Amino acid sequence: MKPAFSILAILTAVLLSYGLYQALVVAPTDQLQGDVYRIIYYHVPSAWTAFLLFSINFVASIAYLVSRNPKADVLALVTAEVGVVYCTIVLVTGPLWARPVWGIWWTWDVRLTSTLVLWLIYVSYLFLRRFSSGGQTPVLAAALAIFGALDVPLVYFSIWFFRTQHPQPVVGGGGSIDPRMLHVWLLNWAAFLCFAGLVCWSRYRVEILQRELEEAQALQALLERNPQ
Amino acid sequence: MIDIATSESLSVIRVAGLIKQFGRFAALRGVTAEFAAGRLYAILGDNGAGKTTLLRSLAGLSSATRGSITVLGYTNLREVCFRIGYMAHPSLLYDEMSGMENLRYFARLYGIDDPQRCAAAITAVGLDPELTRPVGQYSQGMRQRMSLARALINDPELLLLDEPFSNVDVRSGREMAGLLAGLRDRGKTVFVVTHQASLLEGVADEFVWMEAGQITARTPTFSTDNS
Amino acid sequence: MIGLANITRATLAKDLRLEWRSKDAINSMLFFSLLVVVIFSFVFNPTAEESRRIAGGLIWVAFLFAAIVALNQTWARELRNQVLDAYRISPAPANSLFLAKAIGNFIFVTVLEALMTPLFIVFYSLRALGPVYQLPIIAMLGTWALVVNGTFFAAISVRTRAREIMLPLLLFPISIPAVTAMVEATSAVLTGEFSTRFWIALLVAYDVVFTIACLFLFETVLHAE
Repeated sequence: MKPAFSILAILTAVLLSYGLYQALVVAPTDQLQGDVYRIIYYHVPSAWTAFLLFSINFVASIAYLVSRNPKADVLALVTAEVGVVYCTIVLVTGPLWARPVWGIWWTWDVRLTSTLVLWLIYVSYLFLRRFSSGGQTPVLAAALAIFGALDVPLVYFSIWFFRTQHPQPVVGGGGSIDPRMLHVWLLNWAAFLCFAGLVCWSRYRVEILQRELEEAQALQALLERNPQ
Repeated sequence: MIDIATSESLSVIRVAGLIKQFGRFAALRGVTAEFAAGRLYAILGDNGAGKTTLLRSLAGLSSATRGSITVLGYTNLREVCFRIGYMAHPSLLYDEMSGMENLRYFARLYGIDDPQRCAAAITAVGLDPELTRPVGQYSQGMRQRMSLARALINDPELLLLDEPFSNVDVRSGREMAGLLAGLRDRGKTVFVVTHQASLLEGVADEFVWMEAGQITARTPTFSTDNS
Repeated sequence: MIGLANITRATLAKDLRLEWRSKDAINSMLFFSLLVVVIFSFVFNPTAEESRRIAGGLIWVAFLFAAIVALNQTWARELRNQVLDAYRISPAPANSLFLAKAIGNFIFVTVLEALMTPLFIVFYSLRALGPVYQLPIIAMLGTWALVVNGTFFAAISVRTRAREIMLPLLLFPISIPAVTAMVEATSAVLTGEFSTRFWIALLVAYDVVFTIACLFLFETVLHAE
């Protein structure tokens, strides 16, 4: 195992633990919401991480269509998978936070709804990758990723305007942010990024090895069936 | 693996290290060969030997995992597609339209808007251009012939035929083989993938044997058994 | 050289002719659309006042269902006898095929909508309080939004394993902004309570962006193997 990987793993463990400590113990209690608000230290950094991963997926998809380099395809696959996981965290922590604080499970909040649509698009992306046949998958998936990326601003605008026409309860942080809270946010984001990087890296290597294995097996099977 | 260098005629197809993989399955395992113009090649081998995949790769329908193909001097097969004709075991025709309607449409795809040329192509394969019966109601032999007419509509220099004789009675098969020989005599290069190599005995210039995704032998006659 | 317009026209003509000859498909589609309207009317039984607010949503969901069934059909024909291969090996531009299919689908879905709309008006006693002349514009923009992406994704999904379910799976998430716009604009016209301007602008933007994206990427997707 490469030394950089071990270093990253240790760094991740350290940041995650320190971030947890900061989020749950050190950060000041919110005046209005009490301790429940602390979930925001997971909700928001997860969202930022998910968006970053999906952006990488978008770039990797374009790179694949242009260069047809299989590594770009693997990167797209990996960032999509991990991105969906983080997106799921956002969608789960959102209602968990909203319910005790605002009394409702869901509201068509711009950011939350946009995240939901993004989640839907990328889950459909993963389904496409699973159900399409080998040779075509990278190209079809890359096309879908580009469509998804084009859709995101349109989604945002449509929801934003919907809310101005149909006023909904407002959820989410407003007002000024205590600098100590910002510091914990960023700390947790760094921890999540490291963790995401770790998982993506491992998944990437596993996928590459798996493809090489398949190739070798395919050629081997052909030889065994027809010994020369 | 035997490579016969083609020095006398211009080589119309050059394949180098062609590998085609479908996930866990490798259909072509490094094919390297040259094929000369104006010849009729019969491609033989068991199921799974890679014959259909090779043909589809030459037609530009299947992109290579690795390796290169040069057809008529072009590596980008889209640039030379109007000089290629392709026929497969499925008919590549619309069942609900008549033969003439099918050909008129496919001719338009090549920029040809000439009903007489379509009629001539249909007549050349021994069918009646006036027939209004939809192709879906044809017999297998008639459908194969109409499919061949479609493949010929753009008067291609290179013909790629995948199992043109399958499910066709012996007499029709022999007629078709004669037809192909006539096309070869007119200077076209013809590739025929078939399990019925006997139909091409005396007709084909070369028999190309494939096994396990590679070309294993190339012989001038069928009776030389090399498998 | 091979003209884009010529081949689009030829392919569209061929598709319409084939559609006409196999009338089973059209008839079953028409009946399906009728059933959808009736079921919705049974399930949602609002007063005239309420109906104006929700009819926009109901109508477009019904159109969406009908469109999905129609979209799946049109590519299925190209897979029978592997006819799509014949197109792929020809020099004809991929975008001609796409445009012909998209326009064909647009015509087809519009016919279905034309059938379903009077039924909705009858069942819900609908009367528009806003600018009625905008409704055909909204219908056209909205239908194109569904059809352009629908045709593209249908071409993708018809070559996957879970053929029929793949299309709605891919189409629905991406269509969310367009469907929101269609429904809001229609509701705006029916209730007369707010302006359609933003929603129509959004639909135009959606149509432009995705028509360009489809034309850009269709060739790549068609030849993926």
